[in-house]
Formats: sequence, C-alpha cells, structure tokens
Amino acid sequence: MPLQRSELSQATDEVQEYLWTMNFGPQHPATHTTLRLILKLEGERVVDADCDIGYLHSGFEKLAEHLNYNQYVTITDRMNYVSPMANNVAWHLAVEKLMGLEVPPRCQYLRVIVAELARIADHLVCNAAVGLDTGAFTFFMYAFNPREMIYDIFEALCGARFTNSYTRVGGLMYDASPKAIELIREFLRKMPRALDDMDRLLTRNRVFVDRTKGIGVLTKEEAINRGVTGPIARASGVTRDLRKDEPYLAYSDFDFQVCCAQGGDCYARYLVRMAEMRESLKIIHQAVENLPSGPVHVDVGQRAIIPDKWQVHSTIEGLITHFEIIMQNRGFEVPCEEVYCATESPNGELGFYIVGDGSPYAYRARCRPPSFVHFALFPHLIRGHMLGDVVAVLGSLNIIAAELDR
Amino acid sequence: MVSSETIQAIQARFPSAEITEFRKQFRVCVPREIVHDVLRFLKDECGFTLIIDITCVDYLYYPKAKDRFGVVYIVGRPENADRLIVKTFVNDPEPTLPTVTDLWEGARWLEREVWDMFGIRFEGHANLRRILLPEDFQDHPLRKDYPLQGRGERHNIPVVTRDLG
Repeated sequence: MPLQRSELSQATDEVQEYLWTMNFGPQHPATHTTLRLILKLEGERVVDADCDIGYLHSGFEKLAEHLNYNQYVTITDRMNYVSPMANNVAWHLAVEKLMGLEVPPRCQYLRVIVAELARIADHLVCNAAVGLDTGAFTFFMYAFNPREMIYDIFEALCGARFTNSYTRVGGLMYDASPKAIELIREFLRKMPRALDDMDRLLTRNRVFVDRTKGIGVLTKEEAINRGVTGPIARASGVTRDLRKDEPYLAYSDFDFQVCCAQGGDCYARYLVRMAEMRESLKIIHQAVENLPSGPVHVDVGQRAIIPDKWQVHSTIEGLITHFEIIMQNRGFEVPCEEVYCATESPNGELGFYIVGDGSPYAYRARCRPPSFVHFALFPHLIRGHMLGDVVAVLGSLNIIAAELDR
Repeated sequence: MVSSETIQAIQARFPSAEITEFRKQFRVCVPREIVHDVLRFLKDECGFTLIIDITCVDYLYYPKAKDRFGVVYIVGRPENADRLIVKTFVNDPEPTLPTVTDLWEGARWLEREVWDMFGIRFEGHANLRRILLPEDFQDHPLRKDYPLQGRGERHNIPVVTRDLG
C-alpha cells in the first residue's frame, strides 16, 4: 500500500519532502502482533503516523452467522487471546440477554471469578509488554510468573489453558472442582506479594518513569469524543466502569473500587492497570469465599443447556430438552429481536450486538472490539513524540491484533 | 437505563422517530434524512457524548424485513452506563448516510469498517477507504449475498512453487 496522507495530517506537501518515511511492522517484535504503522519522521521526531490494519482479519463476524450460539464461543477465544475467558463471558451474557435467560448464582459467581482472573492475566501481559519495550526485561519475567498460575487455574477449571471456551448458553462447561478452588486460594495468597515485587521493581524506576510519563497524553474530553473505554479512559479521568455503573452478573455483591487517574499518559495507564489488578484480587477473594452452592446451569425446562445423562434417562423433560438441543433443525429458542450487551473486559467495553431471527444461528453478531477503537487513537497520541516512544504508546494501548481485525 | 424523560424529549423533538423497548434497552428508529440531527440532539442536549459503536445489519433474508440495510449507532453517557441505540435504514442502490465524524472523532474508523464490510457510503467522511480488507478487494463480505467461502479470491492467489522460487 502506498503511503497515503493520514486523515488527521497537518503537514503540507512542501514540508513532507524533507521527512523520512519509516515502515514499522507488520512483522516487528515490538508490535507484539501483526499490525503496520507508517511513520513520518523528522529526525527522530514522529510528525505523523498512519495505521494499516487487517493483516489478521479472519471474518469472525461472518463465521458467527454460520455457527450456533454455543459453537461461536470457540471463536471468541481467538479474539482477545490474552483474556479469552472475558470474551466467553461477554458473548454468552449477550446471548442470554437476547434469549432472556438468567443464570443461577453459582454460575454468576464463577463467571465473575474467571472474568477477573482474565483481567489480571491481561493487565499482567499489557504492563509486562510496556516494561519489556521500555527496557525492563526482568519485569516481564516477574509478570509472566503469576500469569502461569492463572493458566493453571483455567486448566483445572476446563482443561484448556489458553483457548478456554468455558461458558455455555445458560451455564458453564463444568462446575468448579475443589482442586480449582484450592488453586484460586493459593493464587490469592501469592499474588499480592508478586504485585508488590512488580511495584517495587518498576513503578518508581527512573528510566521507566522518564520513558512513560508525559508520553501519549489523552485528555478526558478527547477520550470521550473518541469513544475510548476501559483502563485507558479511566487513566484519563473518565470514571465509567460497567461493573459499577451497570452491574451485570453478580458484580453488585462485591466491594471494590473503580481505579482512575488524571494524567492520561502511558504512566497513568500503567498505574491504573496495576491498581485494577489489586481490585480484581479483592473481587475474586469475595467471590471465592462466598461462592453459592447449587447448580451452574439454568433449569432443564428452559431448554438452553444439554441436561445430565441421568436426567435424560430418567425424566421426560430431560429427554425432550436433550432432543431439542441436539437436533439440527431445532435448538435454541431465540426471539426475532436485537440486543446490545456489553461487559467491562480488561481492554475496555467489549460488547456484542446480536440479531436473532428465530434460528439457532445468530443472524448477525457484531463484536464491538475495544482494541479497534483504541488503535484509532494512535496517530493522535504519538504525534510530536520520539521514535522510541512508539513502543511505549503502542504497549500502553494494549492492542491485540486478533481483536483489532477479527 | 435511560430515563423516560429523555425518551419523551426525543419523541417530542422528532415525532417521526419510532421508539421501541426490548430487555430494558431503548431503540430509536429514525428515517435516514434526520439521523444526523437526532444524533446531534442526543450528543448536544441529552448528554450522550460517547460513541460506543456504529455497525450495520443486512436484512436481506430477515423475516418480514422491509429495508435492506439497518445502520445502528450506539451512543452512551460517559458518567454512567446509559446507552441508546439509534437505528436507520438505507437501501440499494447507492446506500448512503451522512457522516457523524463531525460529531465524534471516534466514528472515523467505525464508519470505515461499515463501508468496508457493507458498502455503505458515508457522505462527508474525510478518508472513506477500506480498513480491514485490501484496497483492491471488490466485494463487501458481510452482506448476506456474499458467500461464506468467498468468491474465488483465495483461488486466484498465485501459487509459488519450488521450481519458480
């Protein structure tokens, strides 16, 4: 693709003659994923940047129209692959909102636990990447160690470490085993110490602070105008957090704070993510200790989940439900309606706009990807900064290309 | 959830808007001529300053659908979780809508994606080019008449064999 003037470019043609054009990506270790930046440089100063995306476009939204509501959860794993659990929860929450199902309390609590674990994993990776790109390799190792524990928990919960596909329409794949609960408790014991270590290592490190403070500043007004959500918006002073403002699942039961900052720069985003991990730990702790007993699936009569074998063999409702769900021409009962349901994913507002047409396949399932909206910020944030700041800004935006391109 | 006063204010200002509710979500269906005015009103006077999403649905095979494309704007309030869905319909040939990039900077990429996937032109958009697909791609793949497996784009990619390389 030839370089086209960015839509926001302020430089005129005469000035541009003296500028360097530098291609950054799509295969570059510091982009972390496949995306391409075309930078216009004046010496080492970035005058303008243009984003070229789509290298990882795989037609997820088209696939959604050909997979049923349970099958599509495997695709959501592959959107934001750093926190797949959060995507699973978001997808099935939207589907359940469309169908009008309410999952039982135990399922809600377990979903909260896995979503918050995914948030911690995501923030660990994001902050680790910022540290790595600004020269703090040890910090990266410190952050990836607790992340392993989270994947061990996921493995104990559903057998998969990375692409979990843990949720189902109206329930979960499996109930949490005592082993998984034990692993979560162990994680809760060890994680605060790991966070303290990370804090001591980097938060007041002079090199890191110099490289991130005042870099890529986003003001509150701009954040709102550009549709920014999640930790990036909260680092700019927007107090919006869907877990508080629109408590989905069981979030209204827990005591936690919304973490905000005023700076709006890369350092503020780092601090917000660090603080959010501690809040997530608080939520997980409360959820694990108050985990309700009972079923993890909706009632058999609601025809959403495949019943247990003993129910199929010994009750008529179980047998009928099993038949209805399994048969190709039957399946879920979905109204001819449209619904938008959003969750506070680690990256920001992850929403699904689902159009149902009565069949077990979504007529249209739009994913509102936070990365996509956030990456549009990049030229605005980097303009006027140095070439070395590109990686700091890119890392602090936490761009996941699979979610960006879908 | 959006208060009923806001809904009444919208209805009073735009009598042609059809407001429906489903699962505690309000949906405002407006004719395409006034969609920009409605969004401007929501942003400037009702406090919906956050653009959450712009997307589109192709109703080609939808039961009882009258129009081809439904363009969906989701706007929200930044201080709480109130959000409103504004919907308008456009039809072939030449489905066009006025851009909302003059209201929200964040609409730029969202409108580009709708153009890329559905071929809906946004008049006044400064840089309406494809965003996810390559520039030379011909179709708009999220339209319902576009097959899942594509129209031979993959088959036409030249294969470089060992002999040629």
